[in-house]
Amino acid sequence: MSQTAELKEREDKLQGMGTSLLRKEDAKFIRGQGSYIDDIKLPGMLFGAVVRSPYAHARIKGIDKAKALACPGVVAVLTADDLKPVNLHWMPTLGGDVQAVLADKKVCFQYQEVAMVLASDRYAAYDGAALVEVDYEELPAIVDPKKSMAPDAPIIREDIQDKKEVGHGPRTHPNHIFTWEAGDKAAADAAFKTAEITVREEMLNPRVHPCPLETCGCVASFDKPTGYLTVYMTSQAPHLVRTVLAMLSGIAESKIRVIGGDIGGGFGNKVPVYPGYVVAIVASIVTGVPIKWIESRIDNISTTGFARDYHGVGELAADKDGRIKGLRFSALADHGAFNSHVSATKFPAGLFSICTGSYAIPNAYARVDAVYTNKAPGGVAYRCSLRVTEAIYLIERMMDVLALKLGLDKAEIRRRNFVRSDQFPYTTSLGWTLDSGAYHPALEKVLKAVGYEGLRKEQAAKRADPKSPTLMGIGISTFTEIVGAGPTKVCDILGVGLFDSCEIRIHPTGGVIARLGTMSQGQGHATTYAQIIATELGLPAADIVVEEGDTDKSPYGAGTWGSRSTPVSGAATAMAARKIKDKAKKIAAHLLEVSEGDLEWEIDRFKVKGNPSQAKTMKEICMVAHTGNLPAGMEQGLNAVTYYDPPNLTFPFGAYLCVVDVDKFTGEVKVRRFYALDDCGTRINPMVIEGQIHGGLTEAFAVAMGQQIPFDENGNHLGNSLMDYFLPTAVETPKWETDHTVTLCPHHPLGAKGVAESPHVGGIPCFSNAVIDAFAHLGVTHMDMPHSAWRVWQQCNTLGVNKR
Amino acid sequence: MATAKKVSFKLNGKPVEVTVEPRELLIHSLRERLAHTGPHIGCETSHCGACTVDLNEMSVKACTVLTVQCEGAEITTIEGLEQGGALHALQQAFHEEHGLQCGYCTPGMITRAYRLLKENPNPSEQDIRSGISGNLCRCTGYQNIVKAVQSAAKKLAAAG
Repeated sequence: MSQTAELKEREDKLQGMGTSLLRKEDAKFIRGQGSYIDDIKLPGMLFGAVVRSPYAHARIKGIDKAKALACPGVVAVLTADDLKPVNLHWMPTLGGDVQAVLADKKVCFQYQEVAMVLASDRYAAYDGAALVEVDYEELPAIVDPKKSMAPDAPIIREDIQDKKEVGHGPRTHPNHIFTWEAGDKAAADAAFKTAEITVREEMLNPRVHPCPLETCGCVASFDKPTGYLTVYMTSQAPHLVRTVLAMLSGIAESKIRVIGGDIGGGFGNKVPVYPGYVVAIVASIVTGVPIKWIESRIDNISTTGFARDYHGVGELAADKDGRIKGLRFSALADHGAFNSHVSATKFPAGLFSICTGSYAIPNAYARVDAVYTNKAPGGVAYRCSLRVTEAIYLIERMMDVLALKLGLDKAEIRRRNFVRSDQFPYTTSLGWTLDSGAYHPALEKVLKAVGYEGLRKEQAAKRADPKSPTLMGIGISTFTEIVGAGPTKVCDILGVGLFDSCEIRIHPTGGVIARLGTMSQGQGHATTYAQIIATELGLPAADIVVEEGDTDKSPYGAGTWGSRSTPVSGAATAMAARKIKDKAKKIAAHLLEVSEGDLEWEIDRFKVKGNPSQAKTMKEICMVAHTGNLPAGMEQGLNAVTYYDPPNLTFPFGAYLCVVDVDKFTGEVKVRRFYALDDCGTRINPMVIEGQIHGGLTEAFAVAMGQQIPFDENGNHLGNSLMDYFLPTAVETPKWETDHTVTLCPHHPLGAKGVAESPHVGGIPCFSNAVIDAFAHLGVTHMDMPHSAWRVWQQCNTLGVNKR
Repeated sequence: MATAKKVSFKLNGKPVEVTVEPRELLIHSLRERLAHTGPHIGCETSHCGACTVDLNEMSVKACTVLTVQCEGAEITTIEGLEQGGALHALQQAFHEEHGLQCGYCTPGMITRAYRLLKENPNPSEQDIRSGISGNLCRCTGYQNIVKAVQSAAKKLAAAG
């Protein structure tokens, strides 16, 4: 065998970074042997069903449990009064507010949790729930956030009406939560005053829901003799949840074990701590038996973790050549009845300040005002980092609005404003330091691949032809993401820094177990992390076991959300492996009787420079590390743990292009083509990355084309089952074309950035830009999502393009 | 509460008997009485298909079938597709084509595709897309699921 072939064979055996290794986690799932929360059954377990409010705003005058308690199988009915003795009827939220665990004297949103019925099985529990009699006195509800701060608006949160602030600065009205600002307002205002061109547009990111296929739930089991609480839970962040539970319950954190198990998708929905979990835990503490609580789909969409509901205003100021001089973006944020918005403490509006996007904008100012309404609480990040979709939607749409005003091509306006490759690291006027990028080449690659000029010619011909049954739209989105929260100097939740961790233990025969603070919900962590270790340590990925999500087993970490697993835990994994490799090198030098400086690493072994026959493989070193034949003073073992505090977030980017054909007569939008180029730096498993891109684009398609949670004027939910809430099927989901460039992350040990949220963040404005571009020649500058056939038809009808 | 009824059927080729209230849904009998937790529950309106099983050679959503309707039936679930220690071509293809991520829709999706290929052994891409449109996936965007079904169809055809 030639030397090259031999090296390649050794490399292939590792299945390390860069290979599309098939997923380790598939084996159980394709056999139906996953272990999701509802699969767990403990001896003596009771089922909890939640009694929910039919009103969006009402006082509770009385609760009668008698009929429910008489129902066969019902064991207990818990209300706020039952939780008061243990002081668990209210709980802190991740947004700095408090939230009623069970409604305390009043309900503030429809479907709010009022009581939990515990019974021998789920049928009996729901029978009992239907028999709990609650006497309500209905109050006027606030549904439109623009009316929340009216002087005569009903006060939603009487419990905090005298509080001057709820975690994030002064409040100016009892329904006001916070006002957040970034940038230099005076400088931005000055830029607008002197600008040759300004544009302004209002645009809504409607209230949507991540809607993973598995709803939320838990099995709580409190062991009275030991005082040990075990909670199996649908959580993307088990360690943070354990900390919250310790703060809430007063149980020592060492006696609480949170187990994530297998999770049927999260997309942000499974980050917060919901009342259902807490009631189940209290119920287990009170009854001494395990309690299972599983949401129905209607519960899930109505009450847990909605996203967006940002009513934005975008303004850009530019010169007549389209060079942007100033940006002013603001949003009115509807956070529902409790501020359980998920965010780092110092960022009440999340990372909205990424709203300068991929562009060099010298003067910028951003502001978000958050208010209470009589709707379910939340504000989770639906497949994006905190409020990044909202920010990028605004800038990518506003670039089109500006192009239209100037009569410039939508690719050209971007070229003229991109941060150039030679400007990185680039600090934006809102304070983020973009780590690396190559925006111009990415866009040019996409334009070439799709034949952009040809598409524009075809569009011009269609526009000139009154007989064309369709309108053609071309959407471009050249986004920059911000993921991998984050540096502990700026990022914490409830005081805990957003570092993450990896512990690696190597066994004598070369088997490896790695444990991490993150929590996969389908992202393929067991495969990706194993590949990092395989490359770093020269041991085959097949022999590397990855465990996450059991707080008793893995080191502390902030979990998986905001595309932080590769940027933070992936880095921790590499750093832990490198600690082991350093020790292995010392052992190799000892065995080969040379100095460490005489050794060089080659795939899976250390060899002596200039004398390649003298070498020690990692596998050999693994065994030696467990013997007495070690350098003087060295301990046995090859173990390491790393807690990685990232120096910066990572800034993946991409260039997307979408072509749509809009039926003038039905309003139906057909996606003809969607081309997505992503740059996430080093690509660890290309197959997994592609899969994440496909999934994220499909969720972007869902949001742009159909998802919205509507309410009537009394706060009644108008679409909380899959009858109404749009989840695309295989039929309407477009075919995705993917591409990539590689621009390394300079501060990540592997050069990698996060990726799974880019397609969602970049995809949504791309779809909107395409649909609106179809109408651009008719003077349309904006249409709010979702671009459903009905809404698009209304636009056609208003413009009269549907007249034959 | 109505009187419980005895119901007998074949589950993955083996005779089973359960005693259930008439209102009990098949998905709950399978998951909670018969320890077959492969089929999942994702909604309560028959939209998501996570609970899909094969009932008398038809794909059904076990969350909207009553167990008492299954007297004498032959039911196949994801647990019954592996034969003699060998994965079904669809199970293998979902793995090879990266046709799953969180795995929650996978048992229903594969069980649906199993019936689809029995009904139409040589489906076009469009046939597959409409054939699985009663099964929702939130993770994959379907592209690799379609590839997996195509690949399994080819392998099954070659195996005769």
